[in-house]
Amino acid sequence: MDLSSINPVFLIASLMVAATPILLAALGEMVVEKAGVLNLGVEGMMITGAVCGFIVAVESGSPTLGFICAALGGALLSLLFGVLTQFLLSNQVATGLGLTLFGLGLSALMGQGYIGIKAPEVFRLDIPVISDIPVLGPILFSHDLMVYLSLALVAGVWAGLKYTRAGMILRAVGENHDAAHALGYKVVRIRLMAIAFGGACAGLGGAYLSLIRVPQWTEGMTAGAGWIALALVVFASWKAGRVLLGAYLFGGITVLQLNLQAAGVAIPVEYLSMSPYLITIIVLVIISADKSRAALNAPASLGRSFHASN
Amino acid sequence: MIRLEKRPSPSRFWAAATPVLAVIATMIAGGILFAALGKNPFEAIRTIFWDPLFHESFAAYSRPQLLVKAGPLILIAIGLSMGFRAGIWNIGAEGQYIMGAIFGAGAGLAFYPSESFLIFPLMVVAGAVGGWAWAMIPAVLKTKFGTNEILVSLMLVYVAENILASVSSGLLQNPDGMGFPGSRNFGQWPAAANTEIFVNSGMHWGVVTAFIVVIFAYVMLTRHILGFQIRLTGESPRAARFAGVNPTRLILICLGLSGALAGMAGLFEVSGPAGQISIDFGSGYGFTAIIVAFLGRLNPIGILLAGLLMALTYIGGELAQLMLGLPSAAIQLFQGMLLFFLLAMDVLSNYRIRIGKTEVA
Repeated sequence: MDLSSINPVFLIASLMVAATPILLAALGEMVVEKAGVLNLGVEGMMITGAVCGFIVAVESGSPTLGFICAALGGALLSLLFGVLTQFLLSNQVATGLGLTLFGLGLSALMGQGYIGIKAPEVFRLDIPVISDIPVLGPILFSHDLMVYLSLALVAGVWAGLKYTRAGMILRAVGENHDAAHALGYKVVRIRLMAIAFGGACAGLGGAYLSLIRVPQWTEGMTAGAGWIALALVVFASWKAGRVLLGAYLFGGITVLQLNLQAAGVAIPVEYLSMSPYLITIIVLVIISADKSRAALNAPASLGRSFHASN
Repeated sequence: MIRLEKRPSPSRFWAAATPVLAVIATMIAGGILFAALGKNPFEAIRTIFWDPLFHESFAAYSRPQLLVKAGPLILIAIGLSMGFRAGIWNIGAEGQYIMGAIFGAGAGLAFYPSESFLIFPLMVVAGAVGGWAWAMIPAVLKTKFGTNEILVSLMLVYVAENILASVSSGLLQNPDGMGFPGSRNFGQWPAAANTEIFVNSGMHWGVVTAFIVVIFAYVMLTRHILGFQIRLTGESPRAARFAGVNPTRLILICLGLSGALAGMAGLFEVSGPAGQISIDFGSGYGFTAIIVAFLGRLNPIGILLAGLLMALTYIGGELAQLMLGLPSAAIQLFQGMLLFFLLAMDVLSNYRIRIGKTEVA
């Protein structure tokens, strides 16, 4: 065992990379839930995004195009959920589960010719002087653009929900869809847009996995990341800043356990690799144990179908 | 203009008709999918739904497989349906299935090489306890702290998969296996083997248990107070509280029951068709059972039929893979589509479709 091989600076830099997929997916899901819709299909949308992005990036040689198509693919799949839950009023829990199962199958089918291929190189920020600053350089100035984009998205979602008219309408729809409807807001349309946004974010997160973090395509490669993103939204009690905190915390655990595996700690590999899931459960328990807070922050219409009586 | 009008109570006709319609719609959409993959759609559909049962050279092999695959699906889906009815979402059946197999196999292997006739029953009980215990984690967390059971039960699937990887090359590894991962093979140990009851029928003890559980579940739902409470909670939680239903007790029972049944399914699988604990033991039955539960309308008899149908798509899918080179993922997608069509058509049983102008009230 050699713990000195773990470099804290490198650890922080890589935890940002490890956290980005779930950060993106969780942000999207947070917006969806703020609109009062519970989409449990994050895992399915993520993996669809992962495969769409990978295929397009390999075929076109452009990772940027890959990310765009991943977002489109995720959004398209999420609209399937949207049509089912918003127009056909199906049960959101069941439909979300179905979306995950469907997405896993779809991605496996689409990606079968692409196993074992390496993704094209992604542009990385590497400013000669600034990126070489000790400690700060590798942490702040040497990432790929998606990391910065995800951080910008956190700020954007936070400000958008808090200060813009559109954000307030979205929250109104999530808190009380009947009242929002009575005020003349198009509940179904707003929810569909939120769902599509969530799908696009999940798609981006998935593509980040297949194009940058891994970077390869394997079947079922999200391995529960979408579910962790869902847990993260609860953990963050529907606040964008806390989603960021939670994602980086979680990314830190993932990276740390990988580093411990590499350093050859006496704990068996299996126990290390189950630790992120166990810690997610523990965190969920701690959050939900404080009942007053959890109930205060959850959108009041979360998971309920909206059917205008006239 | 098309409008939806809520029915006072779900239509019984449509509740029965929608699964059939969903299957037909899936066949059509699947046919288009297969055509897009460059396969003859009619041949593909026939290979999946017809050949496993009636093909002159394959049917003899695949017909017994129908029961082998349907057994665990039905067993798990019956358990899940109880919870789903009451709005308790256990989606970690895959984890409970794995833990049941590990517990059951472990309990049996502790007595190796005893030939006592008690070994197999002991393993079944241990398997049920294993699945029950694994399901009790989300149940207790939900009742004590209000933690979301969907997320916890799902996270525990990944934990269970890691435990499986650990024990198959550690605790339960075959000492005579020359270092290969995997436990002893139960097929070579008659006292612990889950053998076919009638030769070449596919009817092993797990299938028999599944049929018995279907009957019990039916009686419970229609005749027992617990079944009434489950249905009441699902249809109106508020009314259930007034009627004195204890939600904590119901959560513990529903999750525990589904966990125990999934654990038993895992044990029957590991001691029978799978033969041993190995890293790739988890087969996704726990997730497919969710589709089975919905396809069967959360009704025991429906689940029995849905389980058989889903088993058919598994076997037909393998056959199509073999004969037409259809990718295995296509079947997974096919099953996902089925669930989607079903959920989409549910609107017909809960709402009336009205075409024309809204009347002025």
